[in-house]
Amino acid sequence: MKMLRGLLIPALALLLSGCDAVLLSPSGDIARQQRDLIVISVVLMLIVIIPVIYMIVAFAWKYRESNKAAHAEYDPDWNHSTVLELLIWSAPLLIIIALGAITWTSTHKLDPYRPVEQISQGRAVVPGSKPLVVEVVALDWKWLFLYPEQGIATVNEMAAPVDRPIEFHITASSVMNAFFVPSLAGMIYAMPGMETKLNAVMNKPGDFEGISANYSGAGFSDMHFRFHSLSDADFDAWVAKARASGGQLGREDYLKLEQPSEKEPVRYYGTVAPGLYNAILNRCVEANRMCMSDMMALDAQGGQGVVGAYNVTSLDAATRARVGLADAGKRYVGALCVASGAGGQRLTPAGRPL
Amino acid sequence: MNMPDLAKLIFGRLTLEAIPYHEPILIGTFVAVAIGGLALLALITKHKLWGYLWREWFTSIDHKKIGIMYVVLGIVMLLRGFSDALLMRAQQAVAFNGNPGFLPPHHYDQIFTAHGVIMIFFVAMPLVTGLMNYVVPLQIGARDVAFPFLNNFSFWMTVAGSMLVMASLFVGEFARTGWLAYPPLSGLAQSPDVGVDYYIWSLQVAGVGTTLSGINLIATIVKMRAPGMSMMKMPIFTWTSLCTNVLIVAAFPVLTAVLVLLSLDRYVGTNFFTNDFGGNAMMYVNLIWIWGHPEVYILVLPVFGVFSEVTSTFSRKRLFGYASMVYATVVITVLSYLVWLHHFFTMGSGASVNSFFGITTMIISIPTGAKIFNWLFTMYRGRIKFDVPMLWTVGFMVTFVIGGMTGVMLAVPPADFLLHNSLFLIAHFHNVIIGGVIFGLFAGINYWFPKAFGYRLDEFWGKCCFWFWLVGFWVAFMPLYVLGFMGVTRRMNHFEDPSLQIWFQIAAFGAFLIALGIGSFLIQLWVSYKRRDELRDVTGDPWHGRTLEWSTSSPPPAYNFAFTPVIHDTDAWWDMKERNAGRRVDGYLPIHMPKNTGAGIILAGFAFVFGFAMIWHMFLVAGLTFAALLVTAIGHTFNYKRDYHIPADVVARTEAARTEELAAHV
Repeated sequence: MKMLRGLLIPALALLLSGCDAVLLSPSGDIARQQRDLIVISVVLMLIVIIPVIYMIVAFAWKYRESNKAAHAEYDPDWNHSTVLELLIWSAPLLIIIALGAITWTSTHKLDPYRPVEQISQGRAVVPGSKPLVVEVVALDWKWLFLYPEQGIATVNEMAAPVDRPIEFHITASSVMNAFFVPSLAGMIYAMPGMETKLNAVMNKPGDFEGISANYSGAGFSDMHFRFHSLSDADFDAWVAKARASGGQLGREDYLKLEQPSEKEPVRYYGTVAPGLYNAILNRCVEANRMCMSDMMALDAQGGQGVVGAYNVTSLDAATRARVGLADAGKRYVGALCVASGAGGQRLTPAGRPL
Repeated sequence: MNMPDLAKLIFGRLTLEAIPYHEPILIGTFVAVAIGGLALLALITKHKLWGYLWREWFTSIDHKKIGIMYVVLGIVMLLRGFSDALLMRAQQAVAFNGNPGFLPPHHYDQIFTAHGVIMIFFVAMPLVTGLMNYVVPLQIGARDVAFPFLNNFSFWMTVAGSMLVMASLFVGEFARTGWLAYPPLSGLAQSPDVGVDYYIWSLQVAGVGTTLSGINLIATIVKMRAPGMSMMKMPIFTWTSLCTNVLIVAAFPVLTAVLVLLSLDRYVGTNFFTNDFGGNAMMYVNLIWIWGHPEVYILVLPVFGVFSEVTSTFSRKRLFGYASMVYATVVITVLSYLVWLHHFFTMGSGASVNSFFGITTMIISIPTGAKIFNWLFTMYRGRIKFDVPMLWTVGFMVTFVIGGMTGVMLAVPPADFLLHNSLFLIAHFHNVIIGGVIFGLFAGINYWFPKAFGYRLDEFWGKCCFWFWLVGFWVAFMPLYVLGFMGVTRRMNHFEDPSLQIWFQIAAFGAFLIALGIGSFLIQLWVSYKRRDELRDVTGDPWHGRTLEWSTSSPPPAYNFAFTPVIHDTDAWWDMKERNAGRRVDGYLPIHMPKNTGAGIILAGFAFVFGFAMIWHMFLVAGLTFAALLVTAIGHTFNYKRDYHIPADVVARTEAARTEELAAHV
């Protein structure tokens, strides 16, 4: 008994320390509501699960062959009972109906695209107030955050004021990642050429961890960042610090930053090239590259025909040298402008005759 | 043509650099495999077994022998897949506080990819297919499957696929993409080396086998049931096999197609899933899960069948609610196509789409729950014998219920936003795959082993195996549930937060317990073989079975049934025993049987070389082997020596021997 206690106490202590887990004690309202859903669904299911586990053990024990007392009940041909069959289909059905209703409403309410409606339980968002917009780019293997309002950018660190709704616009440079600050809100994928959104709000000040929650290659394990939840004044100070850093994020700086690297230190950029996020999202940071949005607009008009088929290029040698890229790099659709050759013939930007 | 050009023409991008000299773990493994392999080959040669193996096994079209070979393949690959698991658990248990562990990402990422691919495609699939192959024809009173040659060919294609995965250990490398190889990571731009090509071609080659064996078993079950066996008199295991094979035939072509699209991206520069030129990686994710979710049910439905057979046999009672069991199986089959999106709620679909797929996913738990209740009420008022298969079944019921619950938690999209890709998810699917599929396979192996080999498996080591697996599973995966709540995501190579380490150490200990379980299983096989005379099953019916396979001798003769049985009841053999139906012992006729052929193994051999050549861009070799493949396949259609008759007097002698043996042991 003593030994058992000796074993049980550490085990129990461990379990309790597990209860302290970040998903179960979140600091943001969205994560809290998501946590509540986990709890509700578990409780609902336990209504069936606990009796079932009890019955498994009880029946297995009672009807064991060596229990002669139960032999009188043995009925080898008993295999049907309408009442029981109705019960075993309807009990789970009822629970799933309840859970299904909760699922439908909560999925809509907690849709990451939907602006947050409450700062925390019982505190509605002030009508007319604007959320803080943060543009997130998952790079190989670090996170870039752009603050369009503040005109700054950071790498591997972000900050937001406590209780102010945040609207994340999320994309990626090359492969899929997932943007996840466990104590703030559930994750959402970051995908190249696509934008996902996440609306959330943090209720407690502090320094929280953010990670990539989707495997993205060799440097994935170190692809985490800090999320600083600050008072308004501290946030302003943080922005001022970034501005004062003097770092500049031009398009070519971005092309350099985009190259795969691991364990990147925190960086601040005081100025950001205009339209950079849109260019990243539309895959046209390179000057001679057509934006996907333009391409789609053209395609909607019927496409470019032959011009489109030949209009392929890659980063020019001078830019490559400046950015420090060794190889010729990827090919992509060039910007749609037609150049004239020496003899007056028309050329694609890549120099091919049309 | 100069030498480098010639070398490139023949060897493509294969050079001596492809052999991983610099990886001590791999070189050690290679040396061990080489020594073990050579010893095995030497033993076979010494005992002059090559002819025997070729005639009796490799070229055999007997569904029983092919079934056994599938199971052997599954067990061998389990050892490989599990060593990967041990490496991962060990790495994650030590890689803390700046310690990078012993596996750098380049190697570690291959290991978790290989672990998933091997466990699903080359462990679970062969084991499940093996059981179905062995048992289904016996359960429906057939003499073989509908297309016996195709069966042999399917098996060897599966072997060829698994050999390609194994080859990647020592020549080149395997994919570093995760087991579903999502682009853009698996695209040419991010993964230019051979890893993803190994992945593609091993699955394509094995996929041919899987699809064909699905077609084969459907045809067998639909067309070859004994007279009197209407659909609603089929044993439950046959029912679940039928549904599984329908799923295979409907789902595997999707996998083939999506891998073809990925190969086109990689080989000829198309842009289905690339970032530029209008490609869209989300299409791949959708397509692969349209295969991937049914795949889960492909694995679990047959073992639901196993549990049904085992529960009713060992409770010595009719299965409770046969009809609702059948409908539950069919409902699961249909629903399994309507849930695939729950694997990526977090990819940004709208709330209505997410809710739809969340709710369909929950609906699956209703028929699954009904199944659990049916097993429960089969035990109710039974007289339960706790032989090893029944232990696995009870262990399964308790474990699987928890796995089902965590599954429904993940089906609530907002909850999934927190838990997706986390170790909670890893714990969940191991909870259902180990607690469901693996437990069921062990139940099935222990249950049908005496039928296949004529002696029971040793009870003591069987129980050791069960308890080590059961306890090992809980110790290994409960910490992962906890870690999931702590926000730890999957596929991490090393960690910074030291408070996590204790959980990983517990999990590693659990994996060690499971290793003891696997060890016990191997010992069980060996000890049982040593004690085979004590454990001999002379009646052919060691468990007082209920279905037709137990009416034959153990092992059954090549022709299975001297006379095709006539069925009057779901539990056909139980019914015959109840009515004292006698064995007919005269009036034998010659039995028409299919003939062995080496075409299957030869075709699969070519397929292996073709796959290997494609991986290494050895296009000349690939072209030649593909031509050889076609020529051999066409050539085989001109092989008219496909069948033979077992003469009546041979049947009479075999059956007389059985009569004598039965008489001696009554």
